[in-house]
Amino acid sequence: MIMLAVAVEKQLGALTLAVQFKAGGGVTALFGPSGAGKTSLVNMIAGLVKPDRGLITLDDTILFDASKGIDVPPHRRRIGYVFQEGRLFPHLSVRQNLDYGRRMSVRPRDAGELERIAALLGIGSLLQRRPRMLSGGERQRVAIGRALLMQPRLLLLDEPLASLDAGHKSEILPYLGRLRDAAIPMVYVSHIAAELRQLATTVVQLDEGQVVAAGGLELLAGAA
Amino acid sequence: MFELSPAEWTAVELSLRIALVATAWALPFAIATGWLLARGRFWGKTVLDGLVHLPLVLPPVVTGYLLLIWFGRRGPVGAFLYDHLGVVFAFRWTGAALASGVMGFPLLVRPIRLALESIDRRLEDAAATLGANPALVFVTVTLPLALPGIIAGVLLCFARALGEFGATITFVSNIPGETQTISAAIYTFLQIPDGDAAAGRLVLVAIVLSLAALIAAEWLGRRASARFHGE
Repeated sequence: MIMLAVAVEKQLGALTLAVQFKAGGGVTALFGPSGAGKTSLVNMIAGLVKPDRGLITLDDTILFDASKGIDVPPHRRRIGYVFQEGRLFPHLSVRQNLDYGRRMSVRPRDAGELERIAALLGIGSLLQRRPRMLSGGERQRVAIGRALLMQPRLLLLDEPLASLDAGHKSEILPYLGRLRDAAIPMVYVSHIAAELRQLATTVVQLDEGQVVAAGGLELLAGAA
Repeated sequence: MFELSPAEWTAVELSLRIALVATAWALPFAIATGWLLARGRFWGKTVLDGLVHLPLVLPPVVTGYLLLIWFGRRGPVGAFLYDHLGVVFAFRWTGAALASGVMGFPLLVRPIRLALESIDRRLEDAAATLGANPALVFVTVTLPLALPGIIAGVLLCFARALGEFGATITFVSNIPGETQTISAAIYTFLQIPDGDAAAGRLVLVAIVLSLAALIAAEWLGRRASARFHGE
């Protein structure tokens, strides 16, 4: 079973982020109000933000170790990242966006894999389009597909539904459920308990840069 | 009947060759400089910015004179290039290309720098998480997104190089068939009796070439930005 272990500290303006948690398989929810440091934390796991101190390991790989001066750059971490705003490449078609990770790692082309993921996410008919021609929900599904097709060891999702209206949210949630059932380990950031109740297997609750609780879905019981 | 004499054709052909070579050589340096100015944080950035823009504000004769001192056969850079690479700038068309490239350089750097500054850096982060190393991020994301700015800069530099006069004539003189561009030829024809007709023809050519460059750049720029702002 996959194991992500995070113990990091970083000063972010007025906020002191000091977080320790472990994540096994399934969906680990990082839950808490905005400003709790959730996005900074996933950026550290992805390698986009450097902690001041601490240690990040994934299985038996050290991704970051301040005391040993280890900081694996993001392009060697093989951690998929679905951003809040999608961040599709505007100059590439949907197919080229989906294929980007494979091209960068120079793996042989596997059209079957791309078609399978596209079908799983219901974007098979959009492959020739430009990102600008997609709806918000379609864009986010392409972003998920793009991250999946790089064959990540771990998938980070930072409020992937935040920019969508209620209709598009319910359009994407079932796809995320399928990914969980396909046993792709995920770290899922959200401040909305209802979303997490449908997906999460474990919950890490954050507030003001600290872990305030960690456990199962029961942590979401009273939350909105 | 509009017909150019062989001497006039030579000036036109020479101008185009000089402007093309000047722009092609300046482009990689301009991309590197634009990137440094847009992204770099280093001591002396303001100085570099000033140096790049200097040819825009200096009298062209001064730029030409400085090129003559440094890149002439006995100049420090010119002597080095001749001894080690056999390259000669003084009184050659290559020198005219160097002068045109230097004069066009600020016009080339500026749109490239602005384009690089306006790129959403978060797209580059996304590319990195997908496994692209910094060089691949630059080639597959940064450069394509900066393409409209690069095209705009290439046009401006090419047009400037095509019309360069002051620095060129100071540096490499006005030698028919070697350094006599359209501008220099017009100037020469105006100095001689009955030269008006020839000068007039070259003026027309200059107008046509400049307009064509403008239209081509407009069209290319629109195509490039249509690629990622919807068809």
